[in-house]
Amino acid sequence: MKEQSIRAKTAIVGIGETAVGKLPGKTSMQLMAEASAQAIEDAGLKKDDVDGVLVSYSLAEPSFMYCSFFSEYMGIKPHFSAAVHLGGASMCSLVGHAAAAINAGICSTVLIARGDPQRTGFSRQGVVAMSTEVGHRQFEAPYAPLTAGIYAMVARRHMHEFGTTSEQLAEIAVTMRYHASMNDNAQMRDPITIDDVLNSKLVADPLHVLDCCLVSDGGGAIVVTSAERANDLRKPPVYILGFGEGHSHYHIIQAESLVTSGCKDAARRAFAMSGLTPADIDVAEIYDCFTTTVLVDLEDLGFCEKGEGGRFVQGGRITFGGELPVNTHGGLLSQAHIAGMLHIVEAARQLRGEAGRRQVHGAQTAVVTGNGGSLSAHAVLVLGTEGVL
Amino acid sequence: MDGVDQLIPVPDTDTQTYWEGCKRSELLIQRCLSCEKLYFYPRMLCPHCMGRKYEWVKVSGRGVVYSYTLIRRPPVSGLEVPYILAIVELEEGVRMMSNIIDCKEDEIDIGMKVEVIFQPVSDEIYLPKFRPVKG
Repeated sequence: MKEQSIRAKTAIVGIGETAVGKLPGKTSMQLMAEASAQAIEDAGLKKDDVDGVLVSYSLAEPSFMYCSFFSEYMGIKPHFSAAVHLGGASMCSLVGHAAAAINAGICSTVLIARGDPQRTGFSRQGVVAMSTEVGHRQFEAPYAPLTAGIYAMVARRHMHEFGTTSEQLAEIAVTMRYHASMNDNAQMRDPITIDDVLNSKLVADPLHVLDCCLVSDGGGAIVVTSAERANDLRKPPVYILGFGEGHSHYHIIQAESLVTSGCKDAARRAFAMSGLTPADIDVAEIYDCFTTTVLVDLEDLGFCEKGEGGRFVQGGRITFGGELPVNTHGGLLSQAHIAGMLHIVEAARQLRGEAGRRQVHGAQTAVVTGNGGSLSAHAVLVLGTEGVL
Repeated sequence: MDGVDQLIPVPDTDTQTYWEGCKRSELLIQRCLSCEKLYFYPRMLCPHCMGRKYEWVKVSGRGVVYSYTLIRRPPVSGLEVPYILAIVELEEGVRMMSNIIDCKEDEIDIGMKVEVIFQPVSDEIYLPKFRPVKG
């Protein structure tokens, strides 16, 4: 298999991010368009330079042929267009699709966008429909599982096998909040303590409210183009060095393991393609729908051994000045939940040296993960600056 | 339909036999006639070998709790909280999701031995749930 084939052949050249939180009245199209316009302008491109458009989907405003609608809304007539449904893995996956398509000569410049008014844009009916859609309609949903309940069972099993504690999970939430406190575009900026997390209401034992991600309105977008073209654009290129996916199951009852996920396979592929190892990574933007997810991903990525995640996240290792700053923007737990799009935006910002107060000094390499469903769909990106080519 | 009624399963042609079994208090799992492995949930081909011939096997209904949680914020109205959500590993090896009933909050644990009990939620649907094995 030609695992080296798309290494550094493409780069992220534009990023966009809307306000996040409660944005009543904003539509999915508006949020995507606002972020996309920013990303295209940031790259120093015009919309007509975009010939590929990739999106995920809207939960609040589901629409048939969503990507066609969006391209039309933007006034873009691409010759590469797709929408994927991979939950939180969608956005990282789409970066891989873009890199592959550009490398294959199918298109030259791809806009990837995500925007959804998930905080204020749902009808009551929509909320009910969403909550009963968790799990297999006949073999899981009848037991009223709740998404948090599924990740709680992952946490419980991790605790059982490895002695992981609620305090260790809480440290992840506390760190994300500290990072969000340095992000003016974050929903939750007031610092919290481990006790705050442990004393917050239990949603599904052992997960508390503060172990769970936010629900947000907002949008994000990036522009990906060929490495060749990237050199002529306004901002320093953020090269796509490695990409991998791993899809082990959809329903949690079909997962072979609750403590090892498809992230492991995705990471192995992404690192192999990049030529880098976890030890080479300066900053990590890890999908954090729940604190549990960060723990499992850090292990599956190879930053520590399986079962060591709890100890790894302690003692300041995942914050600024630590071994591996994680979710420098505050993540889904404290910045906003834009399905992981803003993890990619933040990684690009870090590698451009544009992260301001929360800049990881000298960051040259980043890893980004996406996790969708019930630890079901995984995509991993390894990104780097020109300095590591 | 509101609340818990929305969660009542609607059998399809893959699953009709399973639900008919539940109504007779029998837990039926498919066994592939090609590779002889059991698989769950019910479907028209074996996810191990793609074999399309299978038989239904009545399993013991005994297993252990593989993982669990106490749900305190239910997705629909009409549920008493907390309730125990679990993944149960059957003696025969397959895993199912279920609720553990007749079990105190502080008694539930990973590895706990449980047995199936069928709870009617409509005229046709008897939902397999699990309770601790006594003694």
